[in-house]
Amino acid sequence: MKAGLDLKARLGHWSVPILFAVLCLSGILVARLTPSFLLGEMLVRVSRNSLLVLALVIPILAGLGLNFGIVIGAMAGQAAAIFIVHLRLAGIVGFGAAWLIATPLAIVLGVATGMLFNKAKGREMVTGLIAGFFSNGLYQLVFLFAIGSLIPFKDPDMLLPQGYGLRNTIDLTGIQYAVDDLIRFQIPVEGRMLRVPIATYLVIAGFCVFTVMFLRTRLGQQLRAMGQDDHVAAIAGIPVERNRVIATVMSTVFASWGQLLFLQNIGTLNTYNSHEQVGMFAIAALLVSGATVSRATVGQALLGTFLFHTLFVVSPLAGKALAGDAQIGEYFRVFVAYAVITVALVLHAWQAKTRRRR
Amino acid sequence: MKLPAALQEFGLPRLLIAAFLAALFAVAIATKMNLAILIEDCIARVARNGILVLALLPAIQGGLGLNFGLPVGIICGLIGCVVALNFGIPGVLGVAAAMGIGVGLAVPVGAAYGWLLNRTRGQEMMVGTYLGFALVSGMSIFWLLAPFHNPTLVWAIGGKGLRTTLSLGGIYDKILDRWLAFDVAGVTIPTGALLTFLGLCGLVWLFFRTRMGITIAAARSNPRFALAAGISDERTRVQAAVLTTVLGAVGIVVYSQSFGFVQLYTAPLLMAFPAIACILIGGATVSRATIGNVLLGTILFQSILTTALPVTSQVIEGDISETARLIIQNGMILYALTRVSK
Amino acid sequence: MGTTALELRGITKEYEGVRVVKGVSLAVRAGEIHALLGENGAGKSTLMNILFGMPVIRETGGYTGEILLDGRPIRFGSPGEAIEAGIGMVHQEFMLLPGFRIAENIKLNREPTRRSLLSRVFGRGLERLDVRRMREDARRALDRVGLSVYEWLPVAGLPVGHMQFVEIAREVDKDRLRVLIFDEPTAVLTESEAERLLATMREFARAGVAVLFITHRLEEVRAVADRATVLRDGEVVGVVDPKTTTVVRIAEMMVGRPAAAVAGRRVFPAGAEAALTIEHLRVDMPGEPVEDVSLVVRRGEILGIGGLAGQGKIGIANGVMGLYPATGRVVLEGREFPLNRPRAALERGLAFVSEDRRGVGLLGEESIELNIALSALEAQGRFLRPFPVAALQPLDQHALRSHAEGMIRDLDIRTTGPTQLVRRLSGGNQQKVCLARAMTLRPRVLFVSEPTRGIDVGAKARVLEILTRLNREEGVTLVLTSSELAELRALCDRIAIIYRGRVETILPPDAPDAAFGLAMAGEEDAA
Repeated sequence: MKAGLDLKARLGHWSVPILFAVLCLSGILVARLTPSFLLGEMLVRVSRNSLLVLALVIPILAGLGLNFGIVIGAMAGQAAAIFIVHLRLAGIVGFGAAWLIATPLAIVLGVATGMLFNKAKGREMVTGLIAGFFSNGLYQLVFLFAIGSLIPFKDPDMLLPQGYGLRNTIDLTGIQYAVDDLIRFQIPVEGRMLRVPIATYLVIAGFCVFTVMFLRTRLGQQLRAMGQDDHVAAIAGIPVERNRVIATVMSTVFASWGQLLFLQNIGTLNTYNSHEQVGMFAIAALLVSGATVSRATVGQALLGTFLFHTLFVVSPLAGKALAGDAQIGEYFRVFVAYAVITVALVLHAWQAKTRRRR
Repeated sequence: MKLPAALQEFGLPRLLIAAFLAALFAVAIATKMNLAILIEDCIARVARNGILVLALLPAIQGGLGLNFGLPVGIICGLIGCVVALNFGIPGVLGVAAAMGIGVGLAVPVGAAYGWLLNRTRGQEMMVGTYLGFALVSGMSIFWLLAPFHNPTLVWAIGGKGLRTTLSLGGIYDKILDRWLAFDVAGVTIPTGALLTFLGLCGLVWLFFRTRMGITIAAARSNPRFALAAGISDERTRVQAAVLTTVLGAVGIVVYSQSFGFVQLYTAPLLMAFPAIACILIGGATVSRATIGNVLLGTILFQSILTTALPVTSQVIEGDISETARLIIQNGMILYALTRVSK
Repeated sequence: MGTTALELRGITKEYEGVRVVKGVSLAVRAGEIHALLGENGAGKSTLMNILFGMPVIRETGGYTGEILLDGRPIRFGSPGEAIEAGIGMVHQEFMLLPGFRIAENIKLNREPTRRSLLSRVFGRGLERLDVRRMREDARRALDRVGLSVYEWLPVAGLPVGHMQFVEIAREVDKDRLRVLIFDEPTAVLTESEAERLLATMREFARAGVAVLFITHRLEEVRAVADRATVLRDGEVVGVVDPKTTTVVRIAEMMVGRPAAAVAGRRVFPAGAEAALTIEHLRVDMPGEPVEDVSLVVRRGEILGIGGLAGQGKIGIANGVMGLYPATGRVVLEGREFPLNRPRAALERGLAFVSEDRRGVGLLGEESIELNIALSALEAQGRFLRPFPVAALQPLDQHALRSHAEGMIRDLDIRTTGPTQLVRRLSGGNQQKVCLARAMTLRPRVLFVSEPTRGIDVGAKARVLEILTRLNREEGVTLVLTSSELAELRALCDRIAIIYRGRVETILPPDAPDAAFGLAMAGEEDAA
């Protein structure tokens, strides 16, 4: 009986990613995508999105659920990017400077978010979501109104003609590919040269290793214990509240780095929009792999990023091939992102309820 | 910081928001703006949005928390609007048809929503949020593919499916707002819409003094007490979900006729958030709300939203009102989320 | 016996204005096994929470008094500090992580670590776990408590007895343990496991640890404890040597002195008409499970249900009323009625005043009048005005108000008026509101559980008087469940004593103290 249950649980575990793989594959077939196109797209997309998804793993294991607050980390990354453009720093030096600026900023914001989560125990997710919206308001206040007026800032290239507020797009060509091209590598596929961002992948691999190693440390063990039952953890003398803040800070900091990595690949900053969807897409990507609100692994983060972004590329093209309209595919992928999150939340709450009943 | 008792009762956030509104009006007076127009707009906006705020009350009173899934009801109302428009029913009959169809849909949909929330107890707010998001995006596909053929609704050339905004001009644009409308000191009062809002407030107030309403509130207040009194709180929660969904459907029909357009696709995505901010600003909490909270909150927040743009543009270039809305709205929700225990 | 290891001096703790621990002083010597006895609600858990630095204590305003560990005053802000100081606890509800392995649980937050790359950069918190040493330590501790189970198994799926010993192994593994608290450790164990646990307890004592043993099982206290402190209503009633004190005497100290009957006992002939017949009732109520209870309640009588905490007396009324899953057969006035349906119970003429006044009994945020009328409004459709749709019948505010005013007068509820929120009333007046609600239902049989718990003396007398009047004047059959023997003996015609989920015996109220004491301790046969 036990083995049967295990098998069932394992199948259940893989059913979501399998469903997604099937969805992606049929999309690929319908849209008749070439392997080289797909490979090229995926190489780039996985490299620029993985870190944002990895940022979600630690808070999940610490029992905080899906950290919708990573948007706040992304904003810290963007603020740093804006700053180095103003300083006219470029290349890997510029990226390094951005990294140095983003980190303390993300730590401060992470501490604030973590303290907020401690005040809203049991509703961290909805609090994180709203905190993201709220921070977006503050972000707009700073960069759309205060900068150049209250905050002394003179940079006509970056400011709106009115003399304050940043332009809607900021050119990041200075740091574009700063990490991606640190180690130049290209492979020929079907007569096209595909650039492989080796250094970026090394960074991501480094993060995976770090996360795995971290979970085997004393602090990592404490966080895992909290994720199982924070009351028991507290009784064992683990400083639960402090550790929840630490987990939030780590997530926020990683998200800020993830956003920087994302931006250095894209090469432009959509000042007021780039960060808005970060949380939703990263969370949907993670869940696509079969991760849940209370369980996630590094491998799932990578698998999920791959699957979700395949769908992201494929779905408009498949929509166009099917209905002659790319719009349907675009609505479809947004729908899928929301639906995946909804289903994961429903399952989580449903299971939690049955567990309580027993 | 220790506030006098009376002020504490009123609440610091509400005080700040009221002060902000007062400041906006002070600037408006100082810059010699046309106050009549400003006040008229405020009243129109209150009448337009009020029912959507009222829709949140049964959810809170029924123990479902803040109904971030308001778009579930809104979608029902929108379907009602589109169907009524497709048949080209004009005037009050059109509004009535839209409401009728919307409510008819909202009852089973609300029951299903309530059933889901019963299964996901403890995560109602999160589930509601994303269910709303998923439904709105899923409906976007529906609007694209839906079999509507009335030429006023579908794109004239090119694109497929329904237009993103459907104009109600000449159909039932502002039909409630104009009903019995009159002027006071240069301010036009949208009597019909206002009466609809206040009338529904009265009905909801009465409802919570009937057997079913009392039962719903009692089950929210103490589910174990309810059980001992023979009340199943699973049932009362479904009743609350139906009610909030139905009011959401009615709310969007009234909103649309006042606005003059039916907005489809992603328009309903974030509609729950300002409504929630309204009821919270009015003094509601995650677990308790009154009609007074609805009225006060709608008046305060909608007045800010209405006046912020024209007033601030007198002083600053650029639209700071959207930013202010984000900060006030979400700051208020955060405040409510972090204050309640349990 | 060694020096005093732990001393409590005048510990007092209030929750929301209610004093649950009143000036408790207690001394435990190193190497001593000291039993702590008392009913549920006597203040034991609160005392242990204070000792273990549980956050709930600080969050509810802290405590007064002094705690000395080896003569030094201590005041813990968190369990972490308590553990650091050498205080351990084997909890009643297992404090284990099901998804962690046994060794991980034993070493939780005390893991042996090694320096690593990460710790060189980020400090000690990021030292790598030394899994080999964790397993070795865990193995040694498990061997010492005699548990041969593989230490790298996950805890989920272990038998409960094993879990208990994993908890104990965790304490064994602590090398600087000074005081060890066992909170009802044998409740879930089989007899042989319990034996082994008591043996382990003695070993701790022999190693010089001061052992505090909380239990309801008096025979175990006699078996291992050197001394026993008895608590009642948050106060120390006495310290006894369990080897020389009779079980009867200890039981008596726990439940209070018997008092003279106030109601006057009536004898109902065995053949008298039954109001309610309960057959083979089994109730799945956590903490108060009912295994197999059969009782006949005679029309017009007051039946008492007594027994120690955790034996199931509380579960009976809750099961009959449908608040916890129950099986069995219940016949009311000759007709069987369905279990597990609270509505059916109310409609058929039962009513219940719950032991959990704040949890089940009241809507704190609502008015007195609504609280009084709600059950009748819901179950019987009263206090409503006519309307075509039954569910939408509006409240009859006038009837509601006048009924509430009548009850407030009759029961002497001290209030500013019928619209006052129930939350703002004192405990005694809240209880009167609960009674008023039950009376509004005009029940045939009324269950009343712990009617005087947590209310002041004056209100106590008043509540008992109301109950008597209800029985004598209105002819309501009463089933009174109480932890206070005195109360049962003062009011009831017969008293059923529940032990381990079964009726141990039924005694007349004027039976000798010893008979009650032994029945409660499950030693009726010995009498």
